[in-house]
Amino acid sequence: MPDPLTRRSLLQGSAAAAAAISVSGEAQAAPAGSPQRRKEQQQMNPVGLTVNGREVHLQLDPRTTLLDALREHMHLTGTKKGCDHGQCGACTVIVEGRRINSCLTLAVMHEGDRITTIEGLGTPEKLHPMQRAFITHDGYQCGYCTPGQICSAVAVLEEIGAGIPSHATENLDQIAFSDNEVRERMSGNICRCAAYPNIVAAIREVAEGEKA
Amino acid sequence: MRPFTYSRAASVEEAAKTAATTPGARFIAGGTNLLDLMKLQIETPAHLIDVNHLGLDRIEPTAEGGLKIGALVRNTDLAADKTVRRDYAVLSRALLAGASGQLRNKATTGGNLLQRTRCPYFYDTRMPCNKRRPGSGCGALKGVSRSLAILGTSEACIAQHPSDMAVALRLLDAQVDTASADGSRRSIPIADFHLLPGDTPHIENALKPGELITSVTLPRPLGGTHVYRKVRDRASYAFALVSVAAVFAKDGQTRFAFGGIATKPWRTPAADAAASSGAAAVAEAALSDARPTVHNAFKQRLTARTLASLYRQKGA
Ligand SMILES: Cc1cc2nc3c(=O)[nH]c(=O)nc-3n(C[C@H](O)[C@H](O)[C@H](O)COP(=O)(O)OP(=O)(O)OC[C@H]3O[C@@H](n4cnc5c(N)ncnc54)[C@H](O)[C@@H]3O)c2cc1C
Ligand code: SF4
Repeated sequence: MPDPLTRRSLLQGSAAAAAAISVSGEAQAAPAGSPQRRKEQQQMNPVGLTVNGREVHLQLDPRTTLLDALREHMHLTGTKKGCDHGQCGACTVIVEGRRINSCLTLAVMHEGDRITTIEGLGTPEKLHPMQRAFITHDGYQCGYCTPGQICSAVAVLEEIGAGIPSHATENLDQIAFSDNEVRERMSGNICRCAAYPNIVAAIREVAEGEKA
Repeated sequence: MRPFTYSRAASVEEAAKTAATTPGARFIAGGTNLLDLMKLQIETPAHLIDVNHLGLDRIEPTAEGGLKIGALVRNTDLAADKTVRRDYAVLSRALLAGASGQLRNKATTGGNLLQRTRCPYFYDTRMPCNKRRPGSGCGALKGVSRSLAILGTSEACIAQHPSDMAVALRLLDAQVDTASADGSRRSIPIADFHLLPGDTPHIENALKPGELITSVTLPRPLGGTHVYRKVRDRASYAFALVSVAAVFAKDGQTRFAFGGIATKPWRTPAADAAASSGAAAVAEAALSDARPTVHNAFKQRLTARTLASLYRQKGA
């Protein structure tokens, strides 16, 4: 058989392509050796973050988004770059207990903040219940949006627990789990493979487990 | 992104002063609109002043029985606030209809008011746009204008104001409180805060250079039934094609505000006056000055239908 294109080799290929895009994207912003680039080299800002329980100290160009700091500087590549404009949710991480799009915030703005990424939720040996539920329910196909989906889902259950309403909430004073609530609250995480029904099932399982 | 320098302001006074004295300086709050536009080089500030640490993140009652909302209060927290949910439910509803959970966790009251249009030609730096590059022309007028405004437009610009929150604030007659570098403070009625495009669509609001929004103040609650209805291309996580905010109150006090169809958060006294005559009369009054394009003429019928559905919702 001529060199079968496996799902894994395809994924590795596209991951490499994605990395190449982000590297060339940075280079484009200010070509090396240009006056801009020289200016920018003088303006590195010190940034201290606590990422997944570990203190990290970096010197960063102020343009560095939290997403690029995680991926390019800390090599925590679980968090994904999708649209880079807050439209897809692949970059969702939890900062000071709240989910945000790491692509639309600067790392320098997070001095002293505690950040949890997919790597900090669980490990292959000791999965977070949400990670396990996504596996059980097949809450993904290609897997690219999955770290963002899982970080978002963990935060969604906390938001419901904290009584934060959503667009799907009928009575603003009665906040309870429902599939409808999950669909609305997870709308900031796009899944190109449309694994949505299975994602809802996974989140429901964890919510029911927490109640029990 | 173009290179820029960054500083964290320690006080309101310092923030306003730095903004007034540093060329090309801009405030950054949640960053969800500004950074998006900086990545596309539509915004190219030379210096960013981080205003996240000024203690402007509180919601407090006012002596007049209203509510003072700090400019840095996150959209999530404002929508979830107990007093807002009880007394200004239309504001909670408008906020929750906007963006996503992640974005609302970052987006602030001040930043949301100042978010820029979603006109596709404003976003495309290869196209002419009077708002992005004054005097370059308007790509939308002869282009695809489906999402754009039918009210408050000019020959120079027909861009819609995209905010949901601002429509509710307009309905509630909020005041925008500011601080300037010279130490002066003022309070701008929301009706005068956003400007019509006229010949100068790049000037979008009444703020002077370096003026910082410190809070937004709501007057006493109106009571009545609060409704916010948003119609969009998908059920969640999309900007409004049409939105209507309403407070249905006794004694001819019913009022309406409109989003998605106008160049600024929109109110017309004639629409409020027609409230007791029903949805069709309100739509006719609200849209009497509409100047649609071939692509967005559908927004007139959609506005009428949205109002009809609002009346049904109120009745239920
Ligand atoms: C994918 C996506 C979908 C969205 N969908 C919706 C939607 O459906 N409905 C909706 O209403 N919005 C929507 N938004 C927009 C979102 O609400 C705004 O991006 C957000 O409210 C901006 O607030 P911010 O604090 O992040 O502002 P920033 O990006 O920090 O700032 C925006 C502007 O305000 C200025 N500024 C900020 N704070 C102050 C201050 N205190 N004083 C003076 N100037 C200040 C900044 O200099 C900048 O010019 C969406 C955004 C995205 C990315
Ligand atoms: S409508 Fe306004 S924002 Fe859009 S292209 Fe024309 S001038 Fe620019």
